Amino acid sequence: MADKKSAVCDVAVIGGGVVGSAVLRELSRYELRLLLLERDADLAEGISKGNSGVIHAGFNAPAGSLKARTNVAGLGMIYGLAWELGVPHRKTGKLVVALADEDRSRLEELKAEGDKGGVPGLEIVDETAIRRLEPLARGRWALYSPHTGIISPYEFTIALSECAWQNGARVLLEAPVGAVDFRGGLFHLATPKGTFAARWVVNSAGLFSEDVARLAGIDDFRVFPFRGEYLITDKDCGLRLNLPVYPVPPRDDPGLGIHITPTLEGNIILGPSAEPVEDKRDDASTSEVMGRLKAEAGRLMPELSRVSFIHSYAGIRPKLVDPSGRDRFGDFIVEESALRPGWINLVGIESPGLTAAPAIAVMVAGMIGTKEDLRPKPDFDPERPHRRRFAAMDDDERTGRVSGDADWGEMVCRCEHVTRAEVVAALRNPFRARTMDAVKRRTRCGMGRCQGGFCTPRIVEILQDEGVPADRITKRGGGSRLFYGRLKG
Amino acid sequence: METIEAHDVVVIGGGPAGLAAALGARRAGAGGVLLLERERTLGGILNQCVHDGFGLFLYKETISGPEYAERLIEDVVREPIKVETGAMVLDLTADRVLRVNSRAGYRLVKAKSVVLAMGCRERTRGMIEIPGTRPAGIFTAGSAQNLVNLQNLRIGNQAVILGSGDIGLIMARRLTFEGVAVKGVFEILPWASGLERNVRQCLMDFGIPLELRSTVVEIRGRDRVESVVVAKVDDRLAPVAGTESVIPCDTLLLSVGLIPENELSKRAGVELSPITGGAVVDQTLMTSAPGIFSCGNVLHIHDVADWASFEGFAAGERAARYAAGERVAGGTVRISAGPNVKYALPQFLTSGAAGVEWSFRVARPLRNVQVLVKGKATEKVYSRKKFGRLLPSELQKIKVRQTVKEDLEVSCHE
Ligand SMILES: Cc1cc2nc3c(=O)[nH]c(=O)nc-3n(C[C@H](O)[C@H](O)[C@H](O)COP(=O)(O)OP(=O)(O)OC[C@H]3O[C@@H](n4cnc5c(N)ncnc54)[C@H](O)[C@@H]3O)c2cc1C
Ligand SMILES: Cc1cc2nc3c(=O)[nH]c(=O)nc-3n(C[C@H](O)[C@H](O)[C@H](O)COP(=O)(O)OP(=O)(O)OC[C@H]3O[C@@H](n4cnc5c(N)ncnc54)[C@H](O)[C@@H]3O)c2cc1C
Repeated sequence: MADKKSAVCDVAVIGGGVVGSAVLRELSRYELRLLLLERDADLAEGISKGNSGVIHAGFNAPAGSLKARTNVAGLGMIYGLAWELGVPHRKTGKLVVALADEDRSRLEELKAEGDKGGVPGLEIVDETAIRRLEPLARGRWALYSPHTGIISPYEFTIALSECAWQNGARVLLEAPVGAVDFRGGLFHLATPKGTFAARWVVNSAGLFSEDVARLAGIDDFRVFPFRGEYLITDKDCGLRLNLPVYPVPPRDDPGLGIHITPTLEGNIILGPSAEPVEDKRDDASTSEVMGRLKAEAGRLMPELSRVSFIHSYAGIRPKLVDPSGRDRFGDFIVEESALRPGWINLVGIESPGLTAAPAIAVMVAGMIGTKEDLRPKPDFDPERPHRRRFAAMDDDERTGRVSGDADWGEMVCRCEHVTRAEVVAALRNPFRARTMDAVKRRTRCGMGRCQGGFCTPRIVEILQDEGVPADRITKRGGGSRLFYGRLKG
Repeated sequence: METIEAHDVVVIGGGPAGLAAALGARRAGAGGVLLLERERTLGGILNQCVHDGFGLFLYKETISGPEYAERLIEDVVREPIKVETGAMVLDLTADRVLRVNSRAGYRLVKAKSVVLAMGCRERTRGMIEIPGTRPAGIFTAGSAQNLVNLQNLRIGNQAVILGSGDIGLIMARRLTFEGVAVKGVFEILPWASGLERNVRQCLMDFGIPLELRSTVVEIRGRDRVESVVVAKVDDRLAPVAGTESVIPCDTLLLSVGLIPENELSKRAGVELSPITGGAVVDQTLMTSAPGIFSCGNVLHIHDVADWASFEGFAAGERAARYAAGERVAGGTVRISAGPNVKYALPQFLTSGAAGVEWSFRVARPLRNVQVLVKGKATEKVYSRKKFGRLLPSELQKIKVRQTVKEDLEVSCHE
């Protein structure tokens, strides 16, 4: 076997979603040989791309649960972290609105739970205050949470892994772990890119963490996939939403109810629904739910009935409770396996997992730290170089950039104003993620109102200039090829 | 940014409309004309249209898109018109300051008058909300045309085309030539939205089925498109349960409509028509923003490039006259679309204007039609014209010679 294939690492992280990436970045503070193995052609291809992107404050889970505790702790870390990593985010505040007086008691229950769990600043506000905070929202009463915010979840994920990489961690894409072998005190993880031995394994494979655990002989978990569908508007839809607006959580909804959330760029997201699905990868949209999203969001904000959408997407929750059972609440599982010491399972990390990820990462480091001495790296760099988007620059900065490098003068995306320089930089990412979606998530090319109509042919050209032959260009790796060779012409 | 470069007329977009606008401005005596095009070459959509069928009205013969563009470009380069390609206008203000980016530099430009000629973009899957998965293999017809015609790439082996717009029809033929099996064109309306001659020459001649009153209700396939589900629709255009059938294919092309590309117009505060998606203009093609004119597909969708060019010549000439100080009284006479008419353009006239020609489109196919331009108050008929047949896909013209002082209505009667 080749040398690199037999190299032993201290910790192998399975899964490059926000949780695995946060763990990798947290562990990269210490003198550890780290490796992250991700199945797909890029990071954040799983749940971490299909969610609401809300930095939750922590009043939706019962106080004292792991969900509530990691949420509140994560809230305390995530703004600083996003700033260090240069990830787009904004503290917006949030409203949970009661349309009728009788729902006020539900708001008070939420507030009480939040207060008990240490969620800062919660307040019940009246109609006037609702109008002031969000002129578009309707409601008699609302729970106002001043510390809730929004973040770009995939950019956050990528940034966490990039920061870990800067600090010495290795990240391998298209490396699904297919078999696990425990011998000689080491876990041997078999992937198409080689077999890797590790002293510790962190299983953060999202929806598939039950399957990955099973590979290690741990048959303790059962994940129930629940799909959440979304619709997203044009950022020029004529409505400007200041903050996320949620309904009182419906008692029969396994999610938080269909809400409306602004993106950092000014689009509005409607969703998510909550339906059990058979297949963990079935993230299709359905016309029935699209209709329901519009109807329910319209109750919170009648103006939404006039807007048009540019895209639909879906995310799948890894629930730990049986949809047909009586139990409504399944807590996060963050534990070292008793059967396989050194193997840490992170299972059932549904909402608020994006917010909780930094806190979960600290817990994981703590588990390793109780068994061995973690030595901090003296040269750990918590920051990632901040990249400024051309679209966000002022005239002087743009002039300077273009005169320094003409690639800043070549527009690739007309909707989001992305330049060739930014696309090339995205393609030269350290993990060699070079799919159409990798460019999209790093630059916003294709996320605008024309949905790639303009930039696709241009990115195809640039990919070829960067050495990816046309036949190997894919949307997101695997069999998602765009072309079948060249024409005779 | 210290210096702002100044010009008399700046034309945004170098397609058939913008090229003509630059020529029109120059011929009307504008001193400094600047033409900005974001592509590497001039010509706009024409560069992708390698088929014949252009120039019948402007050049009195049918030539291919690139040939049509070439003729206009030759005229433009002979004039002292400053042409910049690879130069995208990112912003336009109401007082006509443009932000322009190109490999040559980023800069601000100030114009005495501006002609909008940015063309259009295509409607997407998201806008028409097709349910299903999100695999590779879904292209808008125009970007497919670019990938096939300009980059020689094979985009699939078995294609279904949704929508019967002209680009879709032309791509059906093009893909067939390239050995791609085109399984059918599905159109939700009871009639084709592309030109009749394209239906004949691109579909019927190749035995490609055109299914009217049907649509794609689901896309399937995880990595690459594997099939689409099509269904019939009822009179309210809603899919009829029980009529679904699954068509295996690896490619879905969307030709479901064009939208005038008015992002810049919006930034400048130009009033847009919800019907055309383009600016509301007066008889000089001036928008609600003084000194900003509009022509071609950005004003309303044209099926024939020549008409876009004619509009361009007119807008360019008016922009030159505006830059030279000519002011036309604001449009106070309003023209509305009456029975069976989708829209008529211009929407406003200066009271007392004469010899104005309207472009209009019908709302549905009509036979033995009388088109009337009538006074709203007096019921006076200003113009009438007979047509054997009128289709929504065809832009038509009607002219009023007389002086107009009252609000008008354009209507069609079978
Ligand atoms: C609809 C919805 C809305 C949500 N909204 C919010 C919100 O607003 N705020 C919030 O805080 N949280 C939210 N969440 C929760 C949050 O998105 C998730 O908790 C979080 O993204 C989970 O991240 P993860 O890394 O565990 O999973 P993932 O992102 O799915 O990552 C797991 C990774 O493991 C990889 N993998 C799988 N199997 C293997 C293998 N065998 N080998 C190697 N790699 C493998 C997968 O490819 C994947 O990339 C929401 C979730 C959903 C579904
Ligand atoms: C596939 C297809 C087939 C057709 N077939 C025929 C036919 O057979 N016969 C016929 O007569 N007509 C045909 N037409 C119609 C005809 O081509 C169009 O009506 C005509 O091209 C419209 O011209 P335009 O100048 O308004 O737009 P375009 O040709 O689209 O030109 C607009 C230009 O503006 C540029 N631009 C846009 N925004 C900016 C910006 N911000 N900065 C700088 N530049 C910008 C664009 O790059 C583009 O080059 C066809 C159209 C299509 C799409």
